[in-house]
Amino acid sequence: MPMNYEQATAAYEPTLGLEVHVELNTKSKMFCSCATEFGAEPNTQTCPVCLGLPGSLPVVNAMAIESTILIGLALNCSIAPFSRFARKNYFYPDMPKNFQTSQYDEPICVDGYLDVEIETDEGPKTFRVDIERVHMEEDTGKSLHVGGSTGRIHGAEYSLLDYNRAGIPLVEIVTRIVPGTGKYAPLVARAYVTELRDILRSLGVSDVKMEQGSLRCDVNLSLAPIGSDKLGTRSETKNVNSLRSVERAVSGEFVRQANRLESGERIVQETRHFLEESGETRPGRSKETAEDYRYFPEPDLVPVTPDADWIEELRKSLPEKPSLRRKRLQEEWNVPAKEMESMVNAELLDVVEETVKLGADATRARSWWLGEVSRLANEKEVAPTTLINANQVAEVIALIVTGELTDKLARQVVEGVINGEGTPREVIDKRGLKVVSDDSALMIAIEAAIAAQPDTAERVRGGNLPAAGALIGAVMKATGGQADAAKVRELLLKHLGQS
Amino acid sequence: MAAISRDEVAHLARLSRIEMNDAELDHLASELDLILGAVARVQEVAQGDIPPTSHAIPLHNVFRADVVKPSLTPEESLSGAPATEGPRFKVPQILGEAE
Repeated sequence: MPMNYEQATAAYEPTLGLEVHVELNTKSKMFCSCATEFGAEPNTQTCPVCLGLPGSLPVVNAMAIESTILIGLALNCSIAPFSRFARKNYFYPDMPKNFQTSQYDEPICVDGYLDVEIETDEGPKTFRVDIERVHMEEDTGKSLHVGGSTGRIHGAEYSLLDYNRAGIPLVEIVTRIVPGTGKYAPLVARAYVTELRDILRSLGVSDVKMEQGSLRCDVNLSLAPIGSDKLGTRSETKNVNSLRSVERAVSGEFVRQANRLESGERIVQETRHFLEESGETRPGRSKETAEDYRYFPEPDLVPVTPDADWIEELRKSLPEKPSLRRKRLQEEWNVPAKEMESMVNAELLDVVEETVKLGADATRARSWWLGEVSRLANEKEVAPTTLINANQVAEVIALIVTGELTDKLARQVVEGVINGEGTPREVIDKRGLKVVSDDSALMIAIEAAIAAQPDTAERVRGGNLPAAGALIGAVMKATGGQADAAKVRELLLKHLGQS
Repeated sequence: MAAISRDEVAHLARLSRIEMNDAELDHLASELDLILGAVARVQEVAQGDIPPTSHAIPLHNVFRADVVKPSLTPEESLSGAPATEGPRFKVPQILGEAE
């Protein structure tokens, strides 16, 4: 009987390590001025530098350095006063230069940490993930493997290359090994990548879209029998492209390795690929050792020596940490943790905060964004923020508060704005959605209702207030639901001498 | 003791995807050994007070602004390629044997 996850975690202690690659969102590439648009036609964003043509020379993108320093600072790293690029030599055609410009022993940022909180059986617990280094490199081209049954590199007859992505600035964030996570290793891994993603997003340095590959995670895991102080052999799982997959990759590898060790087999140090469908991993190429890459300092680039003033200036510009911001907003808005989580997961926290800043109350802002707007966005399969902005939602909410719109009318206004009928005001005018609050217009409807139901009116006059419901209903019907019911009631009762 | 062994030369050749026969390996191993020996003489001059450098000129922080400039057209990019298919570069099988 193979071990399941529970049995595996009862017998083995994991050691976790995570490497995250993040594509920066600079307009131009790392070492040349080609554009970095995602999804452009193949090989339309290439030049002699990123194609590695003879005689071309790279020049470093200042914005990429700035973004990397920001990342380092946000992760509590020291910024190296002197750092250098290095060539990582290898012969896959995803880099036309036959090397990747990277950093080796002199990265820009070193020795940081990131604290992540997870729910354990004993309540919330914080794990400190030490960051070994944050270094700069360039992304590789995209290969399309042709022939063979699987579209995989193995068995392919030939491959086709698009170098648009080659040379896009890439930052690699490497943790030290994270010991002592036990059965929580998958949750710690996921929480780390989530928190890192939120930080990167708050810095505005990357799109951090895992599904588009602008944030990619490699999971290193090794196991040792509980109580042994030795480290096991690790595997490196690549291709982990969602937060959920990070969690699944760790638990999947945990079980696989435990079962191998249990049956007396050896763990091979290798690169494995995560399979989205099954949550399992399959072996990839066996890892080349660092020596095989024959790193050496890049002679075409000069060292980077950021001065202290620049670093301090960047440090001052750091935004509030996402974890602290979430706590602050949760308190300010007085919402349960679950609600906060759904806003974060729906990527609506920013826009809800913006809407609140524009004067909307937090409860309404949250429920409009998570409710009606998200529903319409789901129907259209787009992000809610592409349909309507915070200003417009805040305006609709303000009109609800002043009584000019009912919730029902407000939904029609939102729908109109989303359909491109203009601003909320314009939609209200065009569709004639305004709540009828003009007293004289209402009085006409009230008198008509009384004339139609004289007996009911008489009962109300006699003090039977619940009977007023029928008259109010008639007025609402006559005004097409656009009247404010509370206002109608007030006017009606006054008219019948009951207030 | 040689600065580089014949085995190391064979390993480097494999990593560099350069096919070499025995005679070539013998020849190159001894030649590279001589070259490395000559380069090693620099070490005798460069004592501890001279930090290793990757550059002859002490330049730092040569940056460019993050501005997009026109790229080559795909036709231009592909014009020097030995083989193409559509708008892409075509390369032979990447992983052969049991790699």
